[in-house]
Amino acid sequence: MSEPATAQTPEPRELSIIYNRADRVFRRIVTTGALTSLILLGLIGMFLFVRSAQIFNDRGLKFLTGANWTAGSGDGVIPDDFSIGPMLTGTILVAFIALLIAMPLAIGGALYIEFYAAKGVRKVLTTLLDLAAAIPSLIFGLWGVAIFTEFGERWSTLLNSRLGWVPFIKVQNELFGRSPFVAGCVLASLIVPIITSVSREVFSRTPRDLIDTCYALGGSRWGAIRTVVLPFGKSGVIGGAMLGLGRALGETVAVYLLLNLVFRYNFRILESEGGNIASLIATKFGEATEYELKALVAAGFVLFLLTLVVNMVAASIVQRSTVRK
Amino acid sequence: MPWQATTRKKVATLMSLVISAVVSFVIVLVTGLAGVDGFALTFFGVSFLAVAIRTFRLDSKKRKDAFVTVAIIATAVLAFSPWMSIFGSVIIKGLRGLRPNFLYETMQTTTPDDELTLGGAGHAIVGSAIMVMIATAITLPLGILSGVYLTEVRGRLTFLVRFVVQSMSGVPSIVAGLFIYTTFVNFTNAFSGMAGALALAILMLPTVARTAEEVLKLVPDDLRSASYALGARQWRTSLMVVLPTVRSGLTTASILGVARVIGETAPLLLTSLSKDSFVFNPFGGPTGSLPTYVFGLLQIGTENAINRAWAGALVLMLIVFILFSSARLIGGKDKR
Amino acid sequence: MSIDAKGNLMTVDSSSQNSFRGLEAKNIHAWFGKHHVLKDVSLKFPERTVTGLIGPSGCGKSTFIRLLNRMHEFIPGAAMAGKVLQDGEDIYASEVDAAVVRLKVGMVFQKPNPFPAMNIRENVLSGIKLAHLKKADHDSIVESCLTRAGLWKEVKDRLNATGGSLSGGQQQRLCIARSLAVEPSVLLMDEPCSALDPGSTLRIEETIKELAEKIAVIIVTHNMQQAARVSDYCAFFLTDGGPGYLVEADATKKLFTNPSDTRTADYVQGKFG
Repeated sequence: MSEPATAQTPEPRELSIIYNRADRVFRRIVTTGALTSLILLGLIGMFLFVRSAQIFNDRGLKFLTGANWTAGSGDGVIPDDFSIGPMLTGTILVAFIALLIAMPLAIGGALYIEFYAAKGVRKVLTTLLDLAAAIPSLIFGLWGVAIFTEFGERWSTLLNSRLGWVPFIKVQNELFGRSPFVAGCVLASLIVPIITSVSREVFSRTPRDLIDTCYALGGSRWGAIRTVVLPFGKSGVIGGAMLGLGRALGETVAVYLLLNLVFRYNFRILESEGGNIASLIATKFGEATEYELKALVAAGFVLFLLTLVVNMVAASIVQRSTVRK
Repeated sequence: MPWQATTRKKVATLMSLVISAVVSFVIVLVTGLAGVDGFALTFFGVSFLAVAIRTFRLDSKKRKDAFVTVAIIATAVLAFSPWMSIFGSVIIKGLRGLRPNFLYETMQTTTPDDELTLGGAGHAIVGSAIMVMIATAITLPLGILSGVYLTEVRGRLTFLVRFVVQSMSGVPSIVAGLFIYTTFVNFTNAFSGMAGALALAILMLPTVARTAEEVLKLVPDDLRSASYALGARQWRTSLMVVLPTVRSGLTTASILGVARVIGETAPLLLTSLSKDSFVFNPFGGPTGSLPTYVFGLLQIGTENAINRAWAGALVLMLIVFILFSSARLIGGKDKR
Repeated sequence: MSIDAKGNLMTVDSSSQNSFRGLEAKNIHAWFGKHHVLKDVSLKFPERTVTGLIGPSGCGKSTFIRLLNRMHEFIPGAAMAGKVLQDGEDIYASEVDAAVVRLKVGMVFQKPNPFPAMNIRENVLSGIKLAHLKKADHDSIVESCLTRAGLWKEVKDRLNATGGSLSGGQQQRLCIARSLAVEPSVLLMDEPCSALDPGSTLRIEETIKELAEKIAVIIVTHNMQQAARVSDYCAFFLTDGGPGYLVEADATKKLFTNPSDTRTADYVQGKFG
């Protein structure tokens, strides 16, 4: 009645997917288009490096550690001397001050929106937050100069008078207003919306049943947040923090307007001198000599590498946290 | 939400808030703590005290929860006040300097220090518009191709492309400007609106590509199945079925890209510089733009200049707001 | 086990001459990755007949039907073995273009899926546009396909409306019309009525019977009464927890009244499934 059953299962077949010519052309065009971003990134790195190779050749590591920026007199009497040491440390210093201030604020703000605010308030704040994340940094600079400086000066004076004995807080010049601290505060304001937005998004995806379980066990709101929400959102928040860090490292205009460019290693955050690589480039670009221009490009290349690494780490953390859901 | 406060509790909270405010006000007057920040600090200090009093008789867990609540609200207020302050000051101070002539006159015959009835930012608005349009024309096709690759073609480089697009969104704006300076500006031996547009395109591409991919991912697979089951090839399926379905989503992608770059200053400082008058030719030398306009005014720093800067900032914020709102409106229109 | 067009039982002889007109599956196996989901299924589907694939869920019926128009291979990790012959030619041979196969073997899915960016008329013609077929009179094609699908009277005055304005049953008939426009010789239907109300279901069953005057229809269904109403032949699938396999296939009347296998008898009497 039935056919003889096959004694053993056969191997799967090799199947060929035939793309006709139009499909092949389509795939080729699409792949090329998609690869543009890859190519672009590579080109940026390559061109910056090539244009600045001479500088690295001439000065080697001293470019990163020295603390001078003097254009030579052109006739060889006074040599060109370009190094970005203080700008490199300044970039990192200002960015870290910004991150340090921004993190608790952003997490608190995100927790407030998701777990403490009334429903209507939550919707309004979320929309406003998205808009805030889109405010151009130039406007933060304007606000910093016109409005925040007063607060910055007041707080700096206060910090100096109460904590002036701490090494990195005491100052040589009691002229507050354009210091790494003030710039850091404004940068913090700049990156808070981004970090808050990302954190809020992550917190909103906490599984409801985990939160409900906390309550069912008699816990309080803070208890639920502490035991469930924060651990759950940890990697997402860190990803957001690194995004903010990347932004702060590369910020130009706000720092340009709020930090006096001084070529001296400065770790005293209330002192009115400093700078970061981006504002260095913006400042010196206009009247740079040929060689000086190469040095600026070299500085830009260093900044490019720095932010690239930070953003790659951020991208992998954010991807890992979204895949897990 | 399990923690809804009862009406009685709400009234009690409100009353204690009012009392705290009054007490803080008195303290500020007496001690001379300056400014809004002084008041805010006092207010939260007094609130902590008020909470301590009200929860005196409760168990430690509830007390801790109450303190944390005040702390979080305080943190949130601190977190939100900068940008709230920006929204407020841009509107108030910007409106002061915004006159109709601001939108269509230029600075060709006016100095920044003149009264605000003279001159305007027309050239800056036009310059920004032209550069952004060129940048969109470049990035939209590339972003769509990127999205199609990641969702339809799904070749072997998928992970790499997605990773690179994500990483590229972190390239500092000044580096983008620097790159265009070392290549295009060098090659054409001139600063131009085109150079500015190219720098903006670099910054725009990750945003557009990422949004395009998200929008394409939302197309349900059974549409593609239906198309293939009809004997369609891949390119026809993508072009005639998938892409038309996400038309409005792709529009949103480009709008968000524009919103991302319209306020960028740093790259323009190295590529298109600035100008006092209308420039309509993208290859016609340095071109004005809203960001460089405001930036230049900030550097001058006189009262009139700053007022103009606020007006320029208001126009910029309005444009961003309009872009966001349109993106929100259009984004919901995809038929699925 | 298989039946010829006259309803006679036939044993499958793999060396028999393939003058058989219609679709034929020979020794079909299917995998998802390492997971073996279909074991050694052989069936013949003669022209102008309706064959129902019945059996409890999870037996691989949907997987099997997707092997008949090469849609199975879209799923990552999917693999198959065996042959599917369309008028004697193996559609899985390496020189065969799958897209061309799908023009001859059409498919209607469980959830109606008209293209949202197109109106009714464009939906019907979409197959022609997508495959870039050269057909002359579009209007008459639209009318004839919608008529065969039993939808013409209801939409003839609003061909410009979007597919979304139709009810579920109408949308499904639109999908049937869309499949017919490319003139397939076989139409595969994967539980086409499971998402529809009883009224629409009956309308579609009438449509199926009319369609079978010209083409072969293969329909997967969970609804035994539907299989009994609509099909000429039925194939009963089962699984013991492992890969799905064919228990028996026969003329519908015989399968439902006097099946050869006890498991079939149990299933059609509703004792399980």
